[in-house]
Amino acid sequence: MNASRISTRLITPLSVICGILIWYALSKIPSVGAIITDPIRITKTLFAEAKAGSLWTNISASMLRVLGGFALGLVVAIPVAFVMGWYKNIRAVIEPWIQFFRTIPPIALIPLVIVSQGIGESAKIAVIFIATFLVMVISIFQGVRNVDPTLIKAARVLGATDRHIFFEVVVPASFPYILVGVRLGLASAWTTLVAAEMTGANKGLGNMIMEASLYFRMDLVIMGIFVIGVIGLAMDKGVLYLERRLTGWQELRKS
Amino acid sequence: MAGTAQIVTPGIAALEQPKIKIENLRKTYEVRSGEVIALNDANLDIMPNEFISVVGPSGCGKTTLLNIIAGLEQATSGRVEVDGKLVTGPGKDRGVVFQQYALFPWKTVIKNIEFGLKLRGYSKAERREKAEQYLEYVNLKDFAHAYPKELSGGMKQRVAIARAYAVQPEVLLMDEPFGALDAQTRAQLQEDLLKTWQTEKKTCFFITHDVEEAVILAQRVVIMSARPGRIKEIIDVDIPYPRDQTTKMDPKFIEIKNEIWAKVYKEYLEVQK
Repeated sequence: MNASRISTRLITPLSVICGILIWYALSKIPSVGAIITDPIRITKTLFAEAKAGSLWTNISASMLRVLGGFALGLVVAIPVAFVMGWYKNIRAVIEPWIQFFRTIPPIALIPLVIVSQGIGESAKIAVIFIATFLVMVISIFQGVRNVDPTLIKAARVLGATDRHIFFEVVVPASFPYILVGVRLGLASAWTTLVAAEMTGANKGLGNMIMEASLYFRMDLVIMGIFVIGVIGLAMDKGVLYLERRLTGWQELRKS
Repeated sequence: MAGTAQIVTPGIAALEQPKIKIENLRKTYEVRSGEVIALNDANLDIMPNEFISVVGPSGCGKTTLLNIIAGLEQATSGRVEVDGKLVTGPGKDRGVVFQQYALFPWKTVIKNIEFGLKLRGYSKAERREKAEQYLEYVNLKDFAHAYPKELSGGMKQRVAIARAYAVQPEVLLMDEPFGALDAQTRAQLQEDLLKTWQTEKKTCFFITHDVEEAVILAQRVVIMSARPGRIKEIIDVDIPYPRDQTTKMDPKFIEIKNEIWAKVYKEYLEVQK
């Protein structure tokens, strides 16, 4: 039991180390090495870019877009999802539109956004807003629909009015779904961002990658990809941590 | 335990107003293949502080009857009165305990019990005091700040009972509250419920599928039959309180239990046909 737990804990770091070793080995094959730069050079590039300050400019530009679009998406998604879950008629009006737009990759909307918003910050935030809103509204709506009807009955017989039931039962019961929505929303914000930046921007991580590829600076390209991955992972872990802290009351199956 | 007025004799019943009056109650549901009669022409008078158990095969409309008394469902026709007032929705005079506990998982035990008191406008201090008092009733004081997920099924149901009692309803409606519990926990909770009922009298309407449980708790047992759901027979349990698990050895208890069991089993066989 104890021994197996220790070895399980070792598997993840071992996997990371193996991955880096394979990466290093691949980069030593001449034809592959031209594209996949070795990890040591990538690290050097990372430090150089960080020291020059351009890395921070790019990261903060991207983060601002992601968080701006995401925050806007969340602020709109929560009330829309609750209203949809609570009122049947409003659901009937909104749901088909959300279901339709959900199937369209947000990247397909980029040309439309550029025409209407130009290539400034608002265009990027608009794309991210659309992408995150659609993902989050569906997830939160599911949460509102999944509220255990017995809990509503229990509240009602204890004297709860509709308003009480909404704020004291439906909102807290949907909270785990809001956090799932936040997680999905952040992931989709991050993926959409890079696509949005590739269409035209003068800073940002996606822009950095595009520019670097024009000059065949593969070290910079891979470094950019790496940084995007690390930030995405960190954000996800952050939300997971919040989930554990805030929704620890949930009864979960242990695996 | 005061021995008076515990067993309502017909003579007293005639003088006293019933706490709950169920008249010609009928409930039907529309389904694709037509109409299902969940409850047909139910009539029942429940006296103040009386303990009534309801047994019957599944589909006999027990839960429907309870939901209508609770005000959670509307009858198709007929009426339910509590203290002479027509039931149109849930009310402060009636508390409900559900089989699935229905505790709010995001609230601690004490907050769950306080919830109903909060809705009734009690101050924070009053809420806490009352909640602690009822938590003591059900022997869960040490778990005041635990979340429901940390409790066993029996403990959860004790919290649910404390929550229902805390708002001090005059009528307590219970829908198979011990149905999901193991035999030992069940026996324990039956005794707890008997004790609580004797210290703080309430009109109890207790649904169960366990005939022994119905008899040990109640003054009268209502037998219902299915398809369509209706009240088949009402049997008096003429055994004095206080009762406990040893009462189950009493020959009179066994006799009544067997009589009811035979009738319920017959209903069950009818359903199987």
